[in-house]
Amino acid sequence: MSEMLLEVDRLTMRFGGLTAIDDLSVAVPKGKITSIIGPNGAGKTTFFNCLTGFYKPTEGSVRMHHPVHGPLLLNEMPSYHVARKAGVVRTFQNIRLFPNMSVLENLIVAQHNALQAASRFSLAGLFGRAGFRQAREAALEKAEMWLTRLKLIELADTAAGNLSYGTQRRIEIARALCVDPLLLCLDEPAAGLNPRESAELNELLLYLSREHGKGVLLIEHDMNVVMRVSDHICVLNFGTKIAEGTPEQVQNDPNVIKAYLGEEDADDKEAA
Amino acid sequence: MTTHAHHLPNVASRLKDATGIALVSLLLGVPMIGLKTVDAGGALAIATRWPWLLAFVATMFVGRLVLQFVLDHVKLNKAKRARTRPEIGATRPWLKWIGYAVVGFALVLPIAFSGNRYVVDTATTVLIYVMLGWGLNVVVGLAGLLDLGYVAFYAVGAYTYGLLSTHFGWGFWETLPVAGAAAATFGVILGWPTLRLRGDYLAIVTLGFGEIIRLILVNWTDFSGGPNGIGSIPRPTFFGLPFSPDSDAGPTFASFFHLEYSPEHRVMFLYYLILVLALLTNLFVSRMRKLPVGLAWEAVREDEVACKALGMNVTNVKLSAFAIGAMLGGFAGVFFAARQGFISPESFVFSESATILAIVVLGGMGSQLGVVIASVLLVLLPELGRDFSEYRMLMFGAAMILIMVWRPGGLIAHREPTYRLGKQGAKA
Repeated sequence: MSEMLLEVDRLTMRFGGLTAIDDLSVAVPKGKITSIIGPNGAGKTTFFNCLTGFYKPTEGSVRMHHPVHGPLLLNEMPSYHVARKAGVVRTFQNIRLFPNMSVLENLIVAQHNALQAASRFSLAGLFGRAGFRQAREAALEKAEMWLTRLKLIELADTAAGNLSYGTQRRIEIARALCVDPLLLCLDEPAAGLNPRESAELNELLLYLSREHGKGVLLIEHDMNVVMRVSDHICVLNFGTKIAEGTPEQVQNDPNVIKAYLGEEDADDKEAA
Repeated sequence: MTTHAHHLPNVASRLKDATGIALVSLLLGVPMIGLKTVDAGGALAIATRWPWLLAFVATMFVGRLVLQFVLDHVKLNKAKRARTRPEIGATRPWLKWIGYAVVGFALVLPIAFSGNRYVVDTATTVLIYVMLGWGLNVVVGLAGLLDLGYVAFYAVGAYTYGLLSTHFGWGFWETLPVAGAAAATFGVILGWPTLRLRGDYLAIVTLGFGEIIRLILVNWTDFSGGPNGIGSIPRPTFFGLPFSPDSDAGPTFASFFHLEYSPEHRVMFLYYLILVLALLTNLFVSRMRKLPVGLAWEAVREDEVACKALGMNVTNVKLSAFAIGAMLGGFAGVFFAARQGFISPESFVFSESATILAIVVLGGMGSQLGVVIASVLLVLLPELGRDFSEYRMLMFGAAMILIMVWRPGGLIAHREPTYRLGKQGAKA
């Protein structure tokens, strides 16, 4: 097995009396695509929020194996450090772009930390020093690179909010990539995409994990995406893990079929 | 000079160049500085001033070295800049030209209306609001933080000058940076605990802060003079020359420039002073907006959660907007105190905050030119409505409503992007 990037150990998240995630352990390897699936309300997005610092888990730990900083406990970090220091960057189920800014600017904002350091907290930038200009140039080049790769370059100067849903999803992924993530967490990236767009998404996800060695963690309902690209699938129901394995293993798991289709229809495996 | 574009000349050539300049200044300096005619009992005699000459030559030598050093660095910086991508013009260049036209008009206004003190005074008031509007624009327009207590920072600036000048005899220019720093500090003190609040909640807290500052000024009589305020605040001087009819202490502005004394000199000077302060504010804010921190302000306005997910320390971004906005308000406060010569808590009531906020919203969130137009409207409309006495505020309100119906995004809702690629091959 390839080396582990993220290890979630016995994670539990309670909201008052409600247990959204119960004793969940998952490992995400480098350069592979790991999917989290499950019926609505299974706790998938809550799980993402726990990983990326938006919620503080009630119990358990989330450990990121960073090549430079060593093991980092994400559940004990301030939320912005999860992306900045640990390299775990997420997208959102309901797209969160900066709608009045151009697509290019969306990608430049993602490089804020590098640019802010180069501008010496605005002092060097205020006087247009060469060092800052070079950093700005590098940021533009990186943005251009991802825009070209995601076929967005023609739209670079358009306001992000004016674009179609599928395009906005791609922009959000491009923006996340500009943070140079080690682990990319995508929350339903195929929602609202047409078949051609989701085929392109499959290709992109495989490219990112295979060519760039990025770990990809995917929440998805679209089984065309999940079953085709996932190396490993983890199935959640009511906050607990009910099955885990390769796409084939999961597809044939009686627990999964039960969770998705109910007990009576247990024979109807194809529909899953 | 043999300066090549990309590397700096070596030390030897620098010294050689400076020595050349020193020799020239020595030749010129011997008759001009080295020798001096003195009146020795009716006859003219020549005295020598060699130490002066030496100092002159040394100054020229060092000055040339420093000048050359600075020039070379500027050149080097430019050369590096040329290698980065070319700047792409604005999407609406005519907005920029309107801006230049407004500045040009502002420059000639006191000359065109030189006989009319009322016009210049009103224009000065407009400019104070323009400056406050530009300051608040950083907080509300760019960072999207609704601040209803902005006048508190204005008050901090004004009282800093009032107190430092009356108690310690500080001048206008020394106080300016101190007052800016004091206001920024208050911005951070207010911002630190409250910036985690959003929208309406932040608005209410800032509203409360504005009132707290005012109530402290009213009630802490020993410190601020209470409701009586602070009087006889010294007026700003023209590099040390006071604007007064006659003075035993030294030359006045009028006597120094051999002009007839006129109270209008001060009015014009104050006008140009606030004009310079406002233009500096504009330059500063526009540059900041183009920097990463400016883009981050706008990103926080657009979506705070997304900013966090991208690894941005949202609290720091907001605090910087708050502190810079407060600092600019503090500068305006110093000018206000210096212009009026008298300040009291009555000048810093909530309706001032509301007016400044109205200027920003009416002008178009984040638009610099919009703030100017809105300030002119908001100061002039009540002035023009004087003849209608009690209906004046009614008219004012109606005008505001009409403008917001006509242009819901503010007068200038256009946002100029900070970064552009210029569409693949079309330009650049």
